[in-house]
Amino acid sequence: MIGGLFIYNHKGEVLISRVYRDDIGRNAVDAFRVNVIHARQQVRSPVTNIARTSFFHVKRSNIWLAAVTKQNVNAAMVFEFLYKMCDVMTAYFGKISEENIKNNFVLIYELLDEILDFGYPQNSETGALKTFITQQGIKGQHQTKEEQSQITSQVTGQIGWRREGIKYRRNELFLDVLESVNLLMSPQGQVLSAHVSGRVVMKSYLSGMPECKFGMNDKIVIDKQGKGGTTDDAGKSGKQSIAIDDCTFHQCVRLSKFDSERSISFIPPDGEYELMRYRTTKDIILPFRVIPLVREVGRTKLEVKVVIKSNFKPSLLAQKIEVRIPTPLNTSGVQVICMKGKAKYKASENAIVWKIKRMAGMKESQISAEIELLPTNDKKKWARPPISMNFEVPFAPSGLKVRYLKVFESKLNYSDHDVIKWVRYIGRSGIYETRC
Amino acid sequence: MTDSKYFTTTKKGEIFELKAELNSDKKEKKKEAVKKVIASMTVGKDVSALFPDVVNCMQTDNLELKKLVYLYLMNYAKSQPDMAIMAVNTFVKDCEDPNPLIRALAVRTMGCIRVDKITEYLCEPLRKCLKDEDPYVRKTAAVCVAKLHDINAQLVEDQGFLDTLKDLISDSNPMVVANAVAALSEIAESHPNSNLLDLNPQTINKLLTALNECTEWGQIFILDCLANYTPRDDRESQSICERVTPRLSHANSAVVLSAVKVLMKFMEMLPKDLDYYGTLLKKLAPPLVTLLSAEPELQYVALRNINLIVQKRPEILKHEMKVFFVKYNDPIYVKLEKLDIMIRLASQANIAQVLAELKEYATEVDVDFVRKAVRAIGRCAIKVEQSAERCVSTLLDLIQTKVNYVVQEAIVVIKDIFRKYPNKYESVIATLCENLDSLDEPEARAAMIWIVGEYAERIDNADELLESFLEGFHDESTQVQLQLLTAIVKLFLKKPTETQELVQQVLSLATQDSDNPDLRDRGYIYWRLLSTDPVAAKEVVLAEKPLISEETDLIEPTLLDELICHIGTLASVYHKPPSAFVEGSRGVQHKRLPARAGSGESAESPEVGQSGTSEAPPAVIPSQGDLLGDLLNLDLAPATTTVPSVQPSMQMGAMDLLGGGLDSLLGGDIGGSPSMGAALGAPAAMPAALSNAPAVGGGLGDLFDLGGGVGMPTGFYVAPKTLFLPAMKAKGLEISGTFARRGGIIQMDLSLTNKAMSVMTDFAIQFNRNSFGLAPAGPLQVLTPLTPNQTIDVSLPLGTTGPVMKMEPLNNLQVAVKNNIDVFYFSCQYPLSLLFVEDGKMERQVFLATWKDIPNDNEAQFQIKDVHLNSDAASNKLQGSNIFTIAKRTVDAQDMLYQSIKLTNGIWVLAEMRVQTGNPNYTLSIKCRAPEVSQFVYQCYELVLKN
Repeated sequence: MIGGLFIYNHKGEVLISRVYRDDIGRNAVDAFRVNVIHARQQVRSPVTNIARTSFFHVKRSNIWLAAVTKQNVNAAMVFEFLYKMCDVMTAYFGKISEENIKNNFVLIYELLDEILDFGYPQNSETGALKTFITQQGIKGQHQTKEEQSQITSQVTGQIGWRREGIKYRRNELFLDVLESVNLLMSPQGQVLSAHVSGRVVMKSYLSGMPECKFGMNDKIVIDKQGKGGTTDDAGKSGKQSIAIDDCTFHQCVRLSKFDSERSISFIPPDGEYELMRYRTTKDIILPFRVIPLVREVGRTKLEVKVVIKSNFKPSLLAQKIEVRIPTPLNTSGVQVICMKGKAKYKASENAIVWKIKRMAGMKESQISAEIELLPTNDKKKWARPPISMNFEVPFAPSGLKVRYLKVFESKLNYSDHDVIKWVRYIGRSGIYETRC
Repeated sequence: MTDSKYFTTTKKGEIFELKAELNSDKKEKKKEAVKKVIASMTVGKDVSALFPDVVNCMQTDNLELKKLVYLYLMNYAKSQPDMAIMAVNTFVKDCEDPNPLIRALAVRTMGCIRVDKITEYLCEPLRKCLKDEDPYVRKTAAVCVAKLHDINAQLVEDQGFLDTLKDLISDSNPMVVANAVAALSEIAESHPNSNLLDLNPQTINKLLTALNECTEWGQIFILDCLANYTPRDDRESQSICERVTPRLSHANSAVVLSAVKVLMKFMEMLPKDLDYYGTLLKKLAPPLVTLLSAEPELQYVALRNINLIVQKRPEILKHEMKVFFVKYNDPIYVKLEKLDIMIRLASQANIAQVLAELKEYATEVDVDFVRKAVRAIGRCAIKVEQSAERCVSTLLDLIQTKVNYVVQEAIVVIKDIFRKYPNKYESVIATLCENLDSLDEPEARAAMIWIVGEYAERIDNADELLESFLEGFHDESTQVQLQLLTAIVKLFLKKPTETQELVQQVLSLATQDSDNPDLRDRGYIYWRLLSTDPVAAKEVVLAEKPLISEETDLIEPTLLDELICHIGTLASVYHKPPSAFVEGSRGVQHKRLPARAGSGESAESPEVGQSGTSEAPPAVIPSQGDLLGDLLNLDLAPATTTVPSVQPSMQMGAMDLLGGGLDSLLGGDIGGSPSMGAALGAPAAMPAALSNAPAVGGGLGDLFDLGGGVGMPTGFYVAPKTLFLPAMKAKGLEISGTFARRGGIIQMDLSLTNKAMSVMTDFAIQFNRNSFGLAPAGPLQVLTPLTPNQTIDVSLPLGTTGPVMKMEPLNNLQVAVKNNIDVFYFSCQYPLSLLFVEDGKMERQVFLATWKDIPNDNEAQFQIKDVHLNSDAASNKLQGSNIFTIAKRTVDAQDMLYQSIKLTNGIWVLAEMRVQTGNPNYTLSIKCRAPEVSQFVYQCYELVLKN
């Protein structure tokens, strides 16, 4: 199991050091600093073995978190724990920075004591932790016996992510379907790979211990229902359903029920959390098509023309569109003409950045640039990095639709109809690249 | 107020000031002071001098302050054991506190104070806490048992905590169960043989129930524990798999990977024709792909594991090539791993896509990545024959870029392509030669030299090219020197007229001016060969090379199986068994995949096993055959880039070649098995036995030989003599003979007949290197001249300490016999039973363990037909040939004999013979670490049983 956990600043100074096992000594702290933080080259692996001691590290801005062990630990678990640790810290004091860590070091030690016992991760749900690890720290005495046992049963219980007795005057929930669409396209317009990775994020403000059921246009579910209903029905819904390659759920979702019935039922944590993640690869709506044309004119000039076409309903508007066209290292000057938006050559980034605030569906826009090159004797050819794109569209490129989210709370007197529900779809670009 | 100020105190006399503050009456000031102490401790300052003052602050109502003091205690108690006792009272008191959070805090902290004296006081509170009414306290106490065990294992056993811990597996609270499982698993690791984690169907059921209800971390503990269980049969295995599969949709990647581990392991037991087996395979792919959208560090762990999974079960991800395409912004460690998996998944169906990608990667910035991409193109060429041509042209394009490291890497892989497809792509040699000057890395230089030497006859100025390398001979690396030596000898043998000077130059450089023994030895061998018998030299040096295998870098199958049992853990990230990086007793225990259901029990199981082998990955290269046959190209070991360093026996095989180490023969994976010791011991023992015995043994042998070769006391079956060398081929000398083993002495019985007109004298005999190092232990004793038409019977004692080289077939023996007329060569085959030693009876326990230890892929099955013996008679008969029956079991009128054989070089062969009453056909299953011998062992069975 995890033998120790260290947090360093960018200089390699220790900010937090908590040792859980005897086999990890102070020299481990220095070994990591010398071999990884101060190493000359780029990090070649997130797992480093130095003198039979293994170091797992993740970096958040310029803060290093390192877990140390001498045993054959579950490596995936260690990383998951480190991420979780970052989440918990962020939930308590915001951004992970040197200043914040120093200001909260007592709190961090207290958290580490709670969520990692002898190197074994324990309940690390912030909802539960916040009930008894408070920045005031002296809550202990004022709790009644009932409160105390409620805390412990929540921390160890089956529903560790939600406490009892939550009350809202208005029961409300927000569902965000956030998708990032990824594309790699050849210069000829052939899709080399495309997938959507999506997340359903839920903000729940519900009283009591509500039982929820979430439904979407999952092909498997729709087809199953279609069999029971009329054939006409199946044909209609079949078109709208999507094939999900794989999905993962927040720990509140009953996985065995999903496995057997493919229904998503759960008691949600209070506040914001990620209900599910999914991935699709079939029938993806690619919101934009990029058509590049790069021509080398002699040794000192490049002509670039890029056309972008929006491919969705004309009534919808895409936002925050940015096209990034890489330029060679020996670029001396660039002249750009674009029909829409603003384009600039950014020498420090070796790219022409073309920004368009808004663009409706089924439109087309174009940029052309002349790139002057300095003559070089470098034999190595320019690698021609791909043209990348960023955007935001108000629909789900995977085609996912939320069909329902039902809320049942038997003990309190509100029903599904009383809950105010909001659903929003946002499609963003992930790695959206076209080779040129 | 910000706490960061505590980090900035660097004044002198600080400790003194802190002391005063700690003893202050004001609570706030005290707390401030303790915070300062902790901050100093964090940055590595020694504040142990404040121990008594800090401990004094422990008695407080303030929980935050208490926790800080505890933190300090955990750090310094060890350095001040006597003072630490002062804290005990508070702990004991806190363990009785009405607030469960405080009780748990006390028991948790107490376990972290690693002072012997304190642990005694810990026992009573811990016992109470283990039975506490509050689950939060119980789950903390469960972990505390593991802590205590780490400090004083004996104490934990004496106090009966292990039993209490076992009871917690049935606790009503899932988190208590999970922590108890984690604690027990850890304790069990340091007691490899104890039955601590007594996993039976009932406990498994409890664990599976808790799995649905506990935290993500608890699920990991439980899944990792489940993976150590071996289900009784395929049905149990399936039902566990069914209950574990829902975990594949968990958001926590570690839960997913641990579930994959359980499934991969238990799947071994499912019959392949089962529908569920196919379903399960299909279910595994999507979650594995999803892991690739996690954060980069987790992606890395996932990719290292996928690398193993793809080797074990390529069918799972064979359609998922695209997801392993490298993204421009992937961290380099992710890129390199993806590339590895792409090559593994490359097949005829997707090769075009893969090649297009690889070509793209070869223009990237990171040098390591580019090199790997170029190498990958070469590996594709070797793996997918249809793509070879395209790969070669891609490589040529890359060479045209003139980027130094790309060119060098390309040349290294083209060398491998030449070896895989001889006489196909040599037209590119000219292009390669153009880049000769730019090569500065040893591997590339060696590859280029090999190419020049190998194709010397097609390169007009080969001599000039090689000569140019010779100038700086002593500055070259050994790899290049060895290669240069061989290449020039090749060149000389191909174009002897112009290159005599060159070859002399290199031979003298290698033998006289070099300190490197390998180089000198090779130089001398060539020199001797060239001076004594140029024809033989030609045969040796220009011999046809064995083809290189398609798959490279495969992990050796037994290691792979072990690593599959460690999916998700560090071992799977390092691709090394835990024993390679974990100190002490932990992890020494090797994990194994379960055997397929009912193997060795039911009649149909062998077929299942067989179909398994056909899908098994091809042998790891360098295979023994390549190594042994490839003496002359040793330094350019076939296409492998690395032989993983975790396989000591493998490397030994490579190094021991010239030394004739017996263990290198066929000993691909004897590492760690009992036969290892025997293998090393045998050569020393044999000569001693031989030096005493030959005279007597030989004489006796002759006597018995007169008796017609039957009914010997030892019962060793001796085949009638066969003609080895016809008179026509040997200028009138006719030799027939046979082999026998008498009283532990191996003998070759020969009849020499003179069919010529003149007297023959001066007989001598010599063997070529052979698979088991057979060599004459004495001279061929033909005392009187052999007159025309006379026949002499001689018995030649043989030893097994001669030089070793793998022969084809394995039991082939090449013999040279000399007389006053000429030297004659013949080859003959000896029964393998010659090499079965008398002490080949294995302990039952060892047999059982060894049988399990040998991978099922090594099992071979044979039918022995028409034997009309009952099992006892057969067993007696076999014993005469040193095939020992260790145990006999009778099931349903079928006798199963378990037998062991040990070869002279220490290799153990295990066999199971099934004899059915009334059925003249026996079924024989042979398992051996060196599966090549199985067939020959079977021949021995045939021979012995039928004669």
